[in-house]
Amino acid sequence: MLGLNKKDTTLLIIVAFMALCAPFILNPFPEGSSMAQMFNAGYPDLMQRFVIFGILVIGFNILFGLTGYLSFGHAAFLGIGSYSAVWMFKLIGMNVIPAILLSMVVSGVFALLIGYVSLRRSGIYFSILTLAFAQMCYNLAYSVLGNPASSYNLTNGETGLQLSLNDPRILDGAASSEGSLPVTNFFGVAMRDSVQLEIGSWLFTFNAGYYLCALIMLISFYVSIRIFRSPFGLMLRAVKSNQQRMNYTGLNTKPYTLAAFVISGIYAGLAGGLLSSMDPLAGAERMHWTASGEIVIMAILGGVGTLIGPIVGAGFNEYFKNILSKINDSVLHQWLSFLPDGLEDAIVGVLHFFVGKGWHLSLGVLFMVVIIFLPGGLVEGGQRVSRLFRRNKTSDDADNASHSTPAE
Amino acid sequence: MSNSKFTRRGLLKTSTLAGAGLALPTIFTGASAHAFTNDPTGGSVTLGFNVPQTGPYADEGADELRAYELAVEHLNGGGDGGMMNTFSSKALDGTGILGKKVEYVTGDTQTKSDAARASAKSMIEKDGAIMITGGSSSGVAVAVQGLCQEAGVIFMAGLTHSNDTTGKDKKANGFRHFFNGYMSGAALAPVLESLYGKDRNAYHLTADYTWGWTQEESIKASTEALGWNTVNAVRTPLAATDFSSYIAPVLNSGADVLVLNHYGGNMVNSLTNAVQFGLRDKQVNGKNFEIVVPLYSRLMAKGAGENVKGIHGSTNWHWSLQDEASKAFVKSFGTKYGFPPSQAAHTVYCQTLLYADAVTRAGSFAPCAVAEALEGFEFDGLGNGATLYRAEDHQCFKDVLVVRGKENPTSEFDLLEVVEVTPAAQVTYPADHPMFAGGSLGSCNNGA
Repeated sequence: MLGLNKKDTTLLIIVAFMALCAPFILNPFPEGSSMAQMFNAGYPDLMQRFVIFGILVIGFNILFGLTGYLSFGHAAFLGIGSYSAVWMFKLIGMNVIPAILLSMVVSGVFALLIGYVSLRRSGIYFSILTLAFAQMCYNLAYSVLGNPASSYNLTNGETGLQLSLNDPRILDGAASSEGSLPVTNFFGVAMRDSVQLEIGSWLFTFNAGYYLCALIMLISFYVSIRIFRSPFGLMLRAVKSNQQRMNYTGLNTKPYTLAAFVISGIYAGLAGGLLSSMDPLAGAERMHWTASGEIVIMAILGGVGTLIGPIVGAGFNEYFKNILSKINDSVLHQWLSFLPDGLEDAIVGVLHFFVGKGWHLSLGVLFMVVIIFLPGGLVEGGQRVSRLFRRNKTSDDADNASHSTPAE
Repeated sequence: MSNSKFTRRGLLKTSTLAGAGLALPTIFTGASAHAFTNDPTGGSVTLGFNVPQTGPYADEGADELRAYELAVEHLNGGGDGGMMNTFSSKALDGTGILGKKVEYVTGDTQTKSDAARASAKSMIEKDGAIMITGGSSSGVAVAVQGLCQEAGVIFMAGLTHSNDTTGKDKKANGFRHFFNGYMSGAALAPVLESLYGKDRNAYHLTADYTWGWTQEESIKASTEALGWNTVNAVRTPLAATDFSSYIAPVLNSGADVLVLNHYGGNMVNSLTNAVQFGLRDKQVNGKNFEIVVPLYSRLMAKGAGENVKGIHGSTNWHWSLQDEASKAFVKSFGTKYGFPPSQAAHTVYCQTLLYADAVTRAGSFAPCAVAEALEGFEFDGLGNGATLYRAEDHQCFKDVLVVRGKENPTSEFDLLEVVEVTPAAQVTYPADHPMFAGGSLGSCNNGA
């Protein structure tokens, strides 16, 4: 189907099904229960983040997974995309389509420039160059271009670029006269609009913005599969395995790596544009080097070089980040209230360091566990489990490994 | 490759999906029965406490969280009632808000606008919070205030001192109890004049975001009105932890006053650096070199230790105030946690009570009704004397304290002494003051 082989078609259908049913899958606990309060993730903001960061890491994986070039500055393109989108909302109108298109174009141009310079080196030098460029973008956005006192305030610094009532909004300026800010929409369908479905004590939320993001994620995923399976993708893999040998045979690899870098940058810009479309505020922290590091972590967590890995990694990271940082001491006490008082206090005292403000610590531990026991990322874990259940059908294994080879 | 796939199972699947799709609009009409976002239906109501638990303002965030917990306890009838007993409005009776038990959720803003908005969004969308409060940074407060306006919930700003929060970026659903940069400047200027004279050269180090910018602007304006000269104003990143590279140029600039527009961990580090460089022992232009910290708090004084002695600044509230309300608050906070509250704790406690009181007086949780009850509300008994919540910009007008680092502290909490209480009239400005121009409240939003 769609020019894919049977295996890839199945994968695409599985991802599409998961995306479609995410509101059900992510809300396993009934509304109002204490488990729901903490572990349910089926609310619009987090679901949107799952798919948007999925897009970001899918794009990153095209560069890192296929060519082996580790970009440590991908967050810059995310930020550039976000700012472009918000400017489009401020100047043109609240429809998300022009905003998303502009964010892809602008981040593509930046990727071309940064890639052209950075790709002159490989390995660690390439990583450092991209990191330097990203930090440059961050500082420009944070300070130089973000000072409201100057005449070229493009980013509004630390506060972040926001919509305001007196923006021009050429196409739908009339909306601002009502005294409240207009909302982002897709030809009239507001991104924040949600439909709620109550089944027994369960409450499921279907959000318009989420489904738009999910659709775009599916398209991005499909394009990524096609790239992985194309001769172009094969060329990129060849770059990863031995670029020198390719150069000796008289082949110029630069256009291929640059193309991969730009495609990857456009994916990041698309993710940034979507983030702004869901919540029209762009902050400079999105471009900070820690954000770039997070992208690398998500890719490695899921499984570098695999098709489904990036989505899994992004989802895993966002889920734990959001859930762990919201657990506080009183919640812990509530959960452990069945224990004797002294023991309860002791356990809460220990867990205290791993939740709330200590969520970095827990995520770090989880990351280490995955890297040590599953070097191929969570996808490898999935493969091991499935192999366990199909030990008799060994012929499938070889086939399975070919479509999702972990990073070497 | 498979071509014809019209099986019975496939047909069933497709028609189920189509049916579900067609049914969605009818479910929507059922859900939109609520008049406003997160209308509390059960026996409890959820408030969202969004404070920095990591980053340069983490100390303030932790103290805010303690005060929120105390406020919730008092609203639900626990403890000794604190400032509920001294508050001039007697609508609250210790049975929660409108008879609903108060519950709360917490989140970490990380002192970043993006993270704060994500955290507030999850409180609104997932936990059903009817009001969001907190923030120890004006950048965060402005960002979250914008979000609350769009989502249709009330935002009760915590520690935010930028002029923009109730100036350029004011919103109809947002309210601020804390004072602002302009008020600091207006309160400090007369004190600085009497201490340091009219002929001074000031050098500003400013945290590079909305609060720093507007405070720098305010202090510059009020000191230049005295006749002071501003030598230079340098911006420092909020995330900076070492300021020595910013302090060194001060030595050769010819300035004789250093104004630190820093807060929290930033101020602790920059002041320590400045003292280490020997700035305070220097003589410039025949005068003693002085350091001014326009926004001061006890937590910062504690962090900076010895270095704060004799340094002047302004503050919203201080635990050593001797009015009944302050004493009651210090007592109940001290009993629960063993130390006195900071100004951050005080302002968020007041905000929580003010919100609860406004809901009770309005008889509704609907944001527009609550906003109406808060607008133009005059109250007393919350530690700052008579206070007005101005309707034009949702800013509180009350007395401002000018404080100084104590030379001989008697305990680890007794670090600041009140030099002067500047009356509210002296720090009041017209709502269309140029430093606050450029924004509009818009209309209040009840949400879905």
